[in-house]
Amino acid sequence: MRSLYISMVSEFYKSRKTLAFWAAILLPAIICSLIAFGFYHDAEKILKLNYPPMALWGRYSGNALGVMGMLILPFYVIFMAFSINNIEHKNDTWKTLFAQPLNRFSIYAAKYLYAVLTIFICLFLFAALTVAFGHLLEFLIPRYHFSAYNPVPILCKYYAKIFLSSLGILSLQFVFSLLWSDFLKPMGIGFVGVIMGIITANVGWKYAYFIPYSHPTLALRITSTAKKAGNPLDFPVFTSEIISSLIYATLLFIIGYIIVSKKSIK
Amino acid sequence: MSSYAIETVDLNFKFGNQVVVKDLSLQVPKGSIYGFLGPNGAGKTTTIKILLNLLKSPTDSVFVFGKEINHNRIAILKKVGALVEQPAIYGHLTGKENLINRCILLGISKTKANEMLQLVDLTAAANKKTKEYSLGMKQRLGIALALISDPELLLLDEPTNGLDPNGIIEIRNLMVELATKYQKTILVSSHLLAEIERVATHVGIINKGSLLFQGTISALQQLNKPILEIVVNDGPGAAAFLRGNGFEVLANDESVVSVPFTSPGDSGKINTILIQQGFIVTALYQQKKDLEDLFLEITKNN
Ligand SMILES: Nc1ncnc2c1ncn2[C@@H]1O[C@H](COP(=O)(O)OP(=O)(O)OP(=O)(O)O)[C@@H](O)[C@H]1O
Ligand SMILES: [Mg+2]
Repeated sequence: MRSLYISMVSEFYKSRKTLAFWAAILLPAIICSLIAFGFYHDAEKILKLNYPPMALWGRYSGNALGVMGMLILPFYVIFMAFSINNIEHKNDTWKTLFAQPLNRFSIYAAKYLYAVLTIFICLFLFAALTVAFGHLLEFLIPRYHFSAYNPVPILCKYYAKIFLSSLGILSLQFVFSLLWSDFLKPMGIGFVGVIMGIITANVGWKYAYFIPYSHPTLALRITSTAKKAGNPLDFPVFTSEIISSLIYATLLFIIGYIIVSKKSIK
Repeated sequence: MSSYAIETVDLNFKFGNQVVVKDLSLQVPKGSIYGFLGPNGAGKTTTIKILLNLLKSPTDSVFVFGKEINHNRIAILKKVGALVEQPAIYGHLTGKENLINRCILLGISKTKANEMLQLVDLTAAANKKTKEYSLGMKQRLGIALALISDPELLLLDEPTNGLDPNGIIEIRNLMVELATKYQKTILVSSHLLAEIERVATHVGIINKGSLLFQGTISALQQLNKPILEIVVNDGPGAAAFLRGNGFEVLANDESVVSVPFTSPGDSGKINTILIQQGFIVTALYQQKKDLEDLFLEITKNN
């Protein structure tokens, strides 16, 4: 456990000046503020539509969710998986990393958990900033009745679902980036994968949930249909694509460790 | 067994089909500076990686401080500091941050970072990104990283690679100080015997994965036979004359004849008969072959 903790601290220390880490903070900050700005700028138009508070939240937060879940999140996850391993490939530091008096599994798990944690932070900030900017909007334009509905439970549920749906991609890309030290292979496969995932998810292919890249889109799509039925909070989290994502994540995490432990550091 | 810091027992290692280390039995005594010598591709780096358990060795073939490496990996690595090939440093971090990162991993006080920067003379460049370092500065940082945990055993793979003459001398002095003052054991690899013969107490010479010589530096020097060089007016004539008188002649050119040195008396005798024969001997001296030549000879013959 100490090994794992130490390795995690080191991962954060090493990466705190990298784009991948800052993107976890900048992405939600930029996207959420852009959306909030849009709502501020177009306040008259939106207020004319006379949304009840819940629908207003839906309209407002749906923007971030849609953009994020469908496109940005998968690409960010791919970039994150690449970046966390590339930092060692690029500097030829695998050999020193594994020559430290630390358990091999901890070193590996710390890298993986770091990636998971950063994505969690990113999504958490999305949710938190969505809420915060909503209230800020009301403060600036009191006719926005954001405070009449508490969106926290539903946002948490949505973002939790998106988070879980991204773990499959993360694990797959993590293994690719572990195996290949170049930029093109993992990023190329990831890019094609995401496009494929979006297409297969949107055409409603029966087995789309077998493809990790389609999980975020699937997770969003199903929930958006469920939303229309009665209580908006009433949608299942552990749908087939989420379960599939978790199974992928578990298997690939183990495979990744087998690769690391078998791999002699050359 | 435990008087050795490192002991390998008939160690073999393959990359695919290529045998890279062959029946290697290293014995590195505690407190020694062990010069690990060999030409390019001899297997030095590979051996060092095996000693760090980066490459898997067969069970019961590698012992560090008397402990089998595969079963005591973490305990052993706690006592080892290493610099393998190019120093492994994070280019986007400064020199100091690289050291602090290592302190985090080792769970030691971060004040060590400043100490090490001072030791390798990098204090002025502490806050510069290491990707902007020169080759020698990177090497110094690599050495600092190897030393930061105050390890009992240091594995240095060509540590003076890229250093300026001053830097080379500093590293040499540092190695001697670490071994004599602090009883550290140092295994240092090199292509050049000359580079380490002044500091090493022990030498192992490896070529194509096999150990060709292992012993103290003086044992190596004893292998090295002195030569008598005679400067005369007619080299070929003198060589022929000496051969005719039952002396072994190693080589000659127009003006210099080399014969094995046996004793001062024999040297005098050679001088006398040459003069008696009418040769003009202008100089006669004992020449010790460079250890470097000996090294080349040892590695060439195999
Ligand atoms: N990752 C690898 N895969 C396959 N073969 C390798 C690998 N690394 C080294 N070798 C081979 O092992 C042999 C020994 O290499 P090694 O790097 O140990 O030599 P060295 O003594 O350190 O040489 P140098 O003085 O050039 O650093 C070489 O023939 C090399 O081609
Ligand atoms: Mg080498």
